[in-house]
Amino acid sequence: MENLFNLFVRSIFIDNMIFAYFLGMCSYLAVSKTVKTSVGLGIAVTFVLLVTAPVNWLVDTYLLKPGALAWLSADLADLDLSYLSFMIFIAVIAAIVQLVEMVVEKFSPSLYNALGIFLPLIAVNCAILGVALFVQEREYTSIAEVTVYAGGSGIGWFLAIASLAAIREKITYSHIPKPLRGLGISFIITGLMAIAFMSFMGIKI
Amino acid sequence: MSENKKTKEREPMFSAKVLRLLKNPFNLENPITVQVLGICSALAVTVQMKPAIVMALSVTIVTAFSNLIISALRDTIPSRIRIIVQLVVVAALVIIVDQILKAYVYDVSKKLSVFVGLIITNCILMGRLEAYAMANKPWPSFVDGIGNGLGYGLILVIVAFFRELLGSGKIYGMRVIPQALYDSGYMDNGLMILPPMALITIGVIIWVQRSKTPELQEK
Amino acid sequence: MEHSNKYIFIYSIVMVVVIAVSLTVVAVQLKPAQEDNIRIEKMQNILASVNVPTAEVPKKQVIDVYHKYITNVVGVNLNGDVVEKDAEKLFAIELANEFKKPAAQQVLPVYTATLDNGDTAFIMPLRGKGLWGPVWGYISFRTDYNTVVGTMFDHKGETPGLGAEINQPFFMDPFKGKTIFDQDGKFTSIQIMKGGAPDDNPHGVDAISGGTITSKGVEKMIFDNLSNYQAYINKQKKQ
Repeated sequence: MENLFNLFVRSIFIDNMIFAYFLGMCSYLAVSKTVKTSVGLGIAVTFVLLVTAPVNWLVDTYLLKPGALAWLSADLADLDLSYLSFMIFIAVIAAIVQLVEMVVEKFSPSLYNALGIFLPLIAVNCAILGVALFVQEREYTSIAEVTVYAGGSGIGWFLAIASLAAIREKITYSHIPKPLRGLGISFIITGLMAIAFMSFMGIKI
Repeated sequence: MSENKKTKEREPMFSAKVLRLLKNPFNLENPITVQVLGICSALAVTVQMKPAIVMALSVTIVTAFSNLIISALRDTIPSRIRIIVQLVVVAALVIIVDQILKAYVYDVSKKLSVFVGLIITNCILMGRLEAYAMANKPWPSFVDGIGNGLGYGLILVIVAFFRELLGSGKIYGMRVIPQALYDSGYMDNGLMILPPMALITIGVIIWVQRSKTPELQEK
Repeated sequence: MEHSNKYIFIYSIVMVVVIAVSLTVVAVQLKPAQEDNIRIEKMQNILASVNVPTAEVPKKQVIDVYHKYITNVVGVNLNGDVVEKDAEKLFAIELANEFKKPAAQQVLPVYTATLDNGDTAFIMPLRGKGLWGPVWGYISFRTDYNTVVGTMFDHKGETPGLGAEINQPFFMDPFKGKTIFDQDGKFTSIQIMKGGAPDDNPHGVDAISGGTITSKGVEKMIFDNLSNYQAYINKQKKQ
């Protein structure tokens, strides 16, 4: 239990998807002009992560890993399909995003109006595939760990994009050297925020 | 954009237009600093030059060949499953690159870890496929892929150069800062190795580039 | 361009088949080279634990160096009996897979190394859990099965600059010369101490500041894995 809590805190603050791994930077920079849209995207990313990461973990554990097919029959115990994992992961993500979009549209039109436009963007958001690959690489052992890690990463991403958007809304009123306006200053702000987030590394957990 | 116009007459292999495809991504249409594509998967590999160069080459190969394949197939791809077809082709190429890296440059492939897989979601790929390969002939598309891959790689290598030089006093794994300097009190800047400095380095590169080419400045 | 459903369907099937076949061909072709890399890395790790550096040795020659130093391997079970002597089979053993088996079926390798100065060292593989994922390594002992000759640790994704430092010499070197039994012969393993170990503590080394959980993970890994070897070590000592 304690372990899961540590994992949660770490994945939000210390191993932040944006500040430590630069994952999901494209949409992070493109959609962070206003706080409202960035909050919508942040929630959508967290939600999709919470669904896709456990599914991908199950697929990896029971289909792809070396020896994962042993539960089907003993003959398949030597089979190693892990070279297909990139393809399967991205397919699962694309399919789930599509599914989520349809389900949300059907059952909650208001939520769909808020999140709908972001969902197609998410399929190619590096953070989603990144979490799936990190889960595979770090060999998480239980679905609880995977879910907590995915949730934490999503919230961390959400936090990063929402705070950058808030800063960018204010910064339009500042005098910034012309060549640095827009993209340049966004990178530098993100860098400074990342340095600030690094202070969380000192947390003793 | 003018590059999307279809040309009817046959062109020489390296016409001015094709050369422009190769050259533009280095400055005016740089995928990272101007088009803002493909930042995701790559910055984490810029601590040292070697992984950065391997990453740059991998991305170039995948971009070029996916552009080539999609462009060759562009008239047969059903528009409804277009994105899926593109993703599958890209994923297949990335898997092949990953397998080759694991077989021949194992230590680098370990350092790149998940970031090779993340080439799949590198926005450059989908961006170039949609914007260029779907509407152009295979050869220009291939060149466009190489140009964009290299333009992207250029930024990676520049960032990695500064981070490795200032962060660990080496270039491509070789020590360049003399021991005498360390003895007289010089220290490697540990901050350069940490992730935030990659972002700030890119910010500075954009600054330099936009001061030189004012037409890129925003507002 | 609009296409019929039938066309789309056939198109997808053809695409999937073509890609599946080409990927399988590539994967099968490159598999031997990839497995060699993994074997060589494992050899380098084992050699590192008896302080034989192999970073400068060309890949192809690592195998020769390995066979020069590593003279014997035995597989022991939790009761301390030698149950396997085939070096190839033992080399292929991965602790991660072994620990999934029922206790009675687990086979744990012990490598014997003959060092440059003629000494013999026994190497035991280790595997445990750090903060983010698995940590593993090798630890080697003198013939008293007590004094550490050297260690080698590695990890998959510990925090860079903190836990990830367990594979650095400043962390691994202090293990040399430490002992895992106290004067009364009681198993103490090695403690990794937050805030630093006193110089005169024969069983303690410094933890990595900021990497507490990873350090604790390494400590637990050493304790757990060496506990598995206790029966074997006791039998060897009596001989």
